[in-house]
Amino acid sequence: MEKTVNIIGAGISGLSAAITLAQKNIHVNLISSMPSERAQSVLAEGGINAALDTMGEHDTVLEHFQDTVKGGVFIENEEAVMGLVKTAPSIVRELQALGVPFQHENGKFIQRNFGGQKKKRTAYAKSSTGKMIMAALTDRVRMVEAAGLVKRYTHHVLSSFVIRDSELKAVRVTDTHLLKTLEFTGPCILCTGGLNGFFEGYTTGTIQNSGTAAALAFSEGVEFANLEFIQYHPTTVKICDKVMLISEAARGEGARLMVMRDSKPWYFMEEKYELGNLSPRDVISREIALLEKTEGLKDFYLDATGIDENVWKTRLSDLRAELISYTGLDPAEKVIPIRPGIHYFMGGIRVDNGHRTNIKHLFAAGEAACKYHGANRLGGNSMLGAFYGGRVAAESAASSACLVSVSEVSYEETENEKQKDELCQVLLEGLGIIRDEKEIDGALNRTWDMASDFYSTDAKRALLGCAMLECAKERKESRGAHYRSDYPKTLDSYRKQTCVVFRGGKIMVRFEELSKAGSL
Amino acid sequence: MKYTLRILRKSPAEEKQYWQEFEYESVSESDTVASALRKIGEVKWECSCLQKKCGACAMVIDNVPRLACDAKLSECRSETVTVQPLRKFPVVCDLVVDRSILYRNLETMKTWLSQDADFGETNPDKYRELAYEGSECIQCGCCLEVCPNFYPGGSFFGMASVPLTMRLLSETDRKQYMENAKLYRKHVYSGCGKSLACKDICPRHIDTEKLLVNLNALAVWKRKKK
Ligand SMILES: Cc1cc2nc3c(=O)[nH]c(=O)nc-3n(C[C@H](O)[C@H](O)[C@H](O)COP(=O)(O)OP(=O)(O)OC[C@H]3O[C@@H](n4cnc5c(N)ncnc54)[C@H](O)[C@@H]3O)c2cc1C
Ligand code: SF4
Ligand code: SF4
Ligand code: FES
Repeated sequence: MEKTVNIIGAGISGLSAAITLAQKNIHVNLISSMPSERAQSVLAEGGINAALDTMGEHDTVLEHFQDTVKGGVFIENEEAVMGLVKTAPSIVRELQALGVPFQHENGKFIQRNFGGQKKKRTAYAKSSTGKMIMAALTDRVRMVEAAGLVKRYTHHVLSSFVIRDSELKAVRVTDTHLLKTLEFTGPCILCTGGLNGFFEGYTTGTIQNSGTAAALAFSEGVEFANLEFIQYHPTTVKICDKVMLISEAARGEGARLMVMRDSKPWYFMEEKYELGNLSPRDVISREIALLEKTEGLKDFYLDATGIDENVWKTRLSDLRAELISYTGLDPAEKVIPIRPGIHYFMGGIRVDNGHRTNIKHLFAAGEAACKYHGANRLGGNSMLGAFYGGRVAAESAASSACLVSVSEVSYEETENEKQKDELCQVLLEGLGIIRDEKEIDGALNRTWDMASDFYSTDAKRALLGCAMLECAKERKESRGAHYRSDYPKTLDSYRKQTCVVFRGGKIMVRFEELSKAGSL
Repeated sequence: MKYTLRILRKSPAEEKQYWQEFEYESVSESDTVASALRKIGEVKWECSCLQKKCGACAMVIDNVPRLACDAKLSECRSETVTVQPLRKFPVVCDLVVDRSILYRNLETMKTWLSQDADFGETNPDKYRELAYEGSECIQCGCCLEVCPNFYPGGSFFGMASVPLTMRLLSETDRKQYMENAKLYRKHVYSGCGKSLACKDICPRHIDTEKLLVNLNALAVWKRKKK
């Protein structure tokens, strides 16, 4: 047997980690509930950020850094962000070398504008950037699989961790086809994506990312951070089983936000805000929530009827086809009912700048981890963070690599959650776009009830739910995606990372200095 | 509107499949087979993105292989909708099938770049476009369901291995090219009856005819890019 690292999750971060380890001749067990073609990463549309400076705007790494920390409202470890943005240009070139057909003109990348960034910095491949990146990475992993360096365990779901004295001994995963459980000893990188499954039906992402892996980790004493920061995207449309993202590109081309007031259309963003319909995601989402709360307005729409036929044909054809297919409405002719929907989780497993967790030999990357995005992540930075984070985690895990044994253990059931909907409703009440202590406390009481036995999967999920609410309660200020109507100001005293851990039957929240947010 | 879903089921421990009917009261015009399956709950099926982008939920609906999240109930031919697992793969349970053969075939086809991507000099945009289309495949397996020549374990791999091969051949023009072209001739070209039964089936709207024509030009007639 060779030196091996286990990776759970085969989206961008898991694949990036696997490729990095294989380059070092370290073996990988790549475990995932579904094949990579079905990971959330394939849904990413808009693009990936890097200061390639191909648009004649004199873009620099420093400006990418400034936009990222400003977008995150200054609670990220700056050293980590600097590492990310510095590496970004070489990452995008590397992805191109792996075969991602990025948009090009005269041998140069075409880059587009994306929210929160002053320069054209987002490289893209039409409206399927995530899918294109995943196809190239999956093929590269196939190459190292054929070379015997990576062994895939698809349709395998994490069922438990074996952690002793703050050290990871093994992970157990259940084969959902053959219904048997395997124990993998040795180090592990968790790349299991964001907490979408806590909000089934209300997120733009996939329910494959059930959040149960995170819940199991939390109940075992893995430290989490910044769980109060949940990004609501203002323009999502309810389709039958989820909310579907309407990309910012539509507003970029002239679509307007509108609400029916006294039976008349009112273009509410255009009066109050200088940037109008192009204001940042959190600003628009908050405005919608505010109008709902204070004026009782309900019917919000995206009015794209003014967009030129030519633009629909050339730049927004996919979006139009998708909307017609799922809503039955042609956006060129009819306004589309929209609502803010959950789009990204800035919080997650707390990791140092080497993506190590507080548990020895356990690492985390991608949306599962909390890194780089502070209180709000910029569009185009998360695929970048997932790819870079996977690589950094692999570099660190390489030194934990060891002989790994795989053995069958007694069967552990997975996918047995029964209280998903109930928990979701409670969390939505406590973790809405606009929050206050009363709402959070109400939700906390009910969530604690669900968590009472600590043992069932449902209880462990509820426990992580409590942690999200506790983080939101303790941060008595407003910052980025976290808005407290009872504490509307941003306070310097909270320019810190929220850390949360389950120890001795209690959830403990503390605020950590940013200089320390890079280490543990 | 009330629908009856007639579902072909199988429990994990047993070999035998059986039909069972479920009632579903639709909530909106755009409800799909996926909405019904989510509501029914007890029938096992695979689902991830719920917006036609991941291929997890491919199954046979009223005899046509398609994505459950794309199959609107209101557009089905009657109020009774038959749903069964894809028929070319081993059934795990209910509507879940084991599609691992798809990945084994891709490994045999060596669908990876062993050098840096190179779109050629004379017409890079065309090859970028083909690479884009090739990368769109979601490995759902719908095209194999309708293909008269594909059976799992055979040496003919069917359309599901074509898009990624297209991606590859449009991005490479050197040593690797010869080997992949050879694999294409062996596992696709020689076994494909060109009936194009797979033409309008692909849920990603991959133009299978165009891919075959382009690949044949590259791999069989050896029209080099430069
Ligand atoms: C609609 C949409 C559009 C987006 N657009 C952009 C964009 O334009 N630019 C950008 O930068 N970002 C975008 N994002 C965000 C970005 O796509 C994700 O944050 C990123 O891809 C996450 O990658 P990941 O590696 O962390 O995980 P994922 O790709 O989510 O993969 C998670 C993996 O973990 C596995 N898994 C989960 N739970 C378990 C378990 N319990 N056991 C075993 N395996 C498990 C899954 O099978 C999967 O393989 C978008 C997101 C969405 C939803
Ligand atoms: S053309 Fe016919 S034989 Fe060839 S892959 Fe398509 S369906 Fe199969
Ligand atoms: S070619 Fe189309 S139908 Fe065939 S596997 Fe790929 S996406 Fe599915
Ligand atoms: S669930 Fe992804 S295609 Fe249907």
